[in-house]
Amino acid sequence: MVISAQKLVYPIGIRSLKRVNSDAGRIHRFIPSHVEHLIQKLQSFSLFYFFSQLALRLKQSIRSMQSVENLVTQIQGLSSSAADIAALNNYLKAAEDSFRSDSSRLLLFLDQLDPSKHSLGYLYFLRSLLVVQFIYFVFGVEKQGNFNCVLVCGDREPCVYGSITKERASTLVPIIARFITSCAPEQIRLASDKFITVCKRFKDMVMLLEAPIRGVGPMLSAIRKIQPSTEHLTTLHPEFLQLCLLSKCYKTGLSVLEDDIYEINLPRDFFLYCYYGGMILIGQKRFRKALELLHNVVTAPMSSINAIAVEAYKKYILVSLVHHGQFSTNLPKYTSSAAQRNLKNFCQTYIELANTYNTGKVSELETFVQTNRERFESDNNLGLVRQVVSSMYKRNIQRLTQTYLTLSLQDIANTVQLNSPKEAEMHVLQMIQDGEIYATINQKDGMVRFLEDPEQYKTCEMIEHIDSSIHRIMALSKKLTAMDELLSCDPLYLAKAGRERQRFDFDDFDTVPQKFNI
Amino acid sequence: MEADDELIQEIYSKGDEESSPSRNRPIISVEQLDIEAYVSLYQGRTKITRLMFIAEHCCDNASMQLEALRMAYDEIKKGEDTQLFREVLQKIDGRLGPNYTMDVAWCDSVDRKAEQRKKKLETELNAYKTNLIKESIRMGYNDFGDFYYAHGALGDAFKSYFRARDYCTTSKHIIQMHMRAILVSIETGQFTHLTSYVSKAEQKPEALEPVTVEKLRCAAGLAHLKAKKYDLAARKFLEVGPDLGSSYNEVIASQDVATYGGLCALASFDRAELKACVLLLFFPTMIIVFNFLELVPEVRELINDFYSCHYGSCLDYLGNLKANLLLDIHLHDHVETLYDQIRNKALIQYTHPFVSVDLQIMANVFKTSIAGLEKELETLITDNQIQARIDSHNKILYARHPDQKNATFQRVLQTGNEFDQEVRAMLLRANLLRTEGNR
Repeated sequence: MVISAQKLVYPIGIRSLKRVNSDAGRIHRFIPSHVEHLIQKLQSFSLFYFFSQLALRLKQSIRSMQSVENLVTQIQGLSSSAADIAALNNYLKAAEDSFRSDSSRLLLFLDQLDPSKHSLGYLYFLRSLLVVQFIYFVFGVEKQGNFNCVLVCGDREPCVYGSITKERASTLVPIIARFITSCAPEQIRLASDKFITVCKRFKDMVMLLEAPIRGVGPMLSAIRKIQPSTEHLTTLHPEFLQLCLLSKCYKTGLSVLEDDIYEINLPRDFFLYCYYGGMILIGQKRFRKALELLHNVVTAPMSSINAIAVEAYKKYILVSLVHHGQFSTNLPKYTSSAAQRNLKNFCQTYIELANTYNTGKVSELETFVQTNRERFESDNNLGLVRQVVSSMYKRNIQRLTQTYLTLSLQDIANTVQLNSPKEAEMHVLQMIQDGEIYATINQKDGMVRFLEDPEQYKTCEMIEHIDSSIHRIMALSKKLTAMDELLSCDPLYLAKAGRERQRFDFDDFDTVPQKFNI
Repeated sequence: MEADDELIQEIYSKGDEESSPSRNRPIISVEQLDIEAYVSLYQGRTKITRLMFIAEHCCDNASMQLEALRMAYDEIKKGEDTQLFREVLQKIDGRLGPNYTMDVAWCDSVDRKAEQRKKKLETELNAYKTNLIKESIRMGYNDFGDFYYAHGALGDAFKSYFRARDYCTTSKHIIQMHMRAILVSIETGQFTHLTSYVSKAEQKPEALEPVTVEKLRCAAGLAHLKAKKYDLAARKFLEVGPDLGSSYNEVIASQDVATYGGLCALASFDRAELKACVLLLFFPTMIIVFNFLELVPEVRELINDFYSCHYGSCLDYLGNLKANLLLDIHLHDHVETLYDQIRNKALIQYTHPFVSVDLQIMANVFKTSIAGLEKELETLITDNQIQARIDSHNKILYARHPDQKNATFQRVLQTGNEFDQEVRAMLLRANLLRTEGNR
């Protein structure tokens, strides 16, 4: 082992470390400074340094294999009460090196533990299975001979992920799935970042196996277990939504989207959550909520424009055309200046589509869509654009309900630029079924009679609806007041507000003008 | 006033007089504008510009055109504007015979005289300037302005008048200067600063003669008309009193005041205000009345018909007047808009008192087809000026009064939703900013 490391460390280590591999949508930070230094150190003292490190690690690994049994017994012993769990947590943190042994051996030890009772220990074992420590990467490369590694530096877990083969994934996936569904939430929360790492790798493996639906259930339970409350957004939310999208389980995604989010840790999580959430809601045709989520992405505070916001803006334009029938390019005042300046430049085609929509002529809209078809297809928005076109007919028919009591199908077809009364009838029928207009069709005369909205606001359901709305808004107001009070005590705010206050009181002003005071 | 009345009769009773059996009032129709009579109401430069305008715009009526051009030629010869002379000649194009061709000798003599006068004025003005006598400088500038005005250099005239402003001492002078400036700006068609001049001139009421007050009001009305503010224009024109007479003939005749005022009022006033100006006519013993309408009996009949809901005859009168109004230099651009507004108001007023209206009868009254009427009504309903719905099957218009209770509920729920969304988004953004700040 030592001789081969000597041969290979220097060229492999540096080259692969410097290559940053982006796969399937992950946005990485580049090499942080301390690793940069390490690389430089390696370059200058490479052989000598590695030799000493290797010797150290070898000694540790030999020692560690004996101590893994100790670990298992510790875990089994200390997993009963809350105080024990805390002690176990500290012990495990200190004994992290002991986990660095061969993966196949770790699997054997795993069988001795019960995921629901020994969740914390189980978690540590799982994590070590999936994660390869930094130095070990060198050996791993030499042994497996592939360079497909990735340097990922999250906030809490600077480490290197080794690549996983399909067979390994298929063995690990059911184990992890079982663990997630049966683990105890209190134990998990003590090592939440490790749990998140495990879940993320689980999602990668599930995608590798091309069966995203296998991950939907476990991820949902993972989110519920790790959330401190339903108002918190975790890193797992966007991963979960992505799985729902890929596996087309939109309804499962909806349950998570119903929660109101207030606490956010990483802005990137929030952007992805809103974007994927918007897409799921569009799929379920709940355009109002989709519009809300997409609006949040577009107007979120951001220091520089990012790709998620651009894509979200494109969808936002289309959804607002479908839902409201109009779109205005004026972003609200609280949008970040980066977004206000740059978003329009990236979405020029879509803004032109909105302008064509406003003219009200279906034929123009259709020709525009045809000419820009590839553009829409490459953005995966073609389906939504088709919905925009069909919504135009709906908009025109709805305008007719405002002016006419009865109208012949022929006239409707002429006004709305449809080809025949039959088509007009189909459209009107569809709209009546969807509840978008209230009308009756008289086929004998070929007439449509438009009715008023029958809602009288007298029913019990309506009263309950109004009542619950009132309660919800009262709770929201309380929240707002609480936040306001919190902010008033915030030292940063007070410092800034104090600086901008008038320096002098009115009494301090001299009534005699300065220049007459000789 | 009698002479004017006779003239008016001549103008407006050219056509046949039909009498309809249902009413004893004869409906007067006008065939063609009597140019001579029309133009004799004016004097000065505006006479020439009006004649040129008529010539330009009645292109299908060759005899009228030639008549106008001939009169223009005669007028110009009386003045000193060679530029206009050349223009008119170009338009005449030799069609009026040998008497109306290029008179080079006249042109040259006029130009030479103009040069001499100009030099004289310049030397005088320089002399005054060196002497620094304010009054003389002011007179000098005024003379210059008049000279330029007579020769058609309106821009220079305006500049000269404006320079005289610095040397005006009494308020009378200021008013004089403003009146001249107003005249020139109306002639050139630049109405942007007109309102400011009028208000400046009105600031000195002690020096204003009543005639000047009326003149200022006319000018203000014209400015508003140009700016398409028909309600303000109507109010200004209605304020003009009987003192005007023919004293402002360089700009506007009293008949014009009546026509403009009447039409603008009809297009923009609501029923109560219209009543105030029409009703007073029936009781002339009451306060000073807008008696100008007597000068244009057609417009008076028009307003009466509109008020008493005889829309058919009202629209007939309008149609008759249209051709002649299109030849008017100030009203030309606004005739279409005013007519559309009057017609819309008639439609709205017609449907207002009814719960249901038979579209067939309505179409007969407004002299249009049912399809056309439906289109017009549709536009008005979409603009929310008529609260009704069309039953296209039975061709009936039903009035629709929206249910206030339902509308209120809907608005309340919608506001609640919006509040909900916005507050949640706001809390989210605040949290985002906080986490970013802490990093």
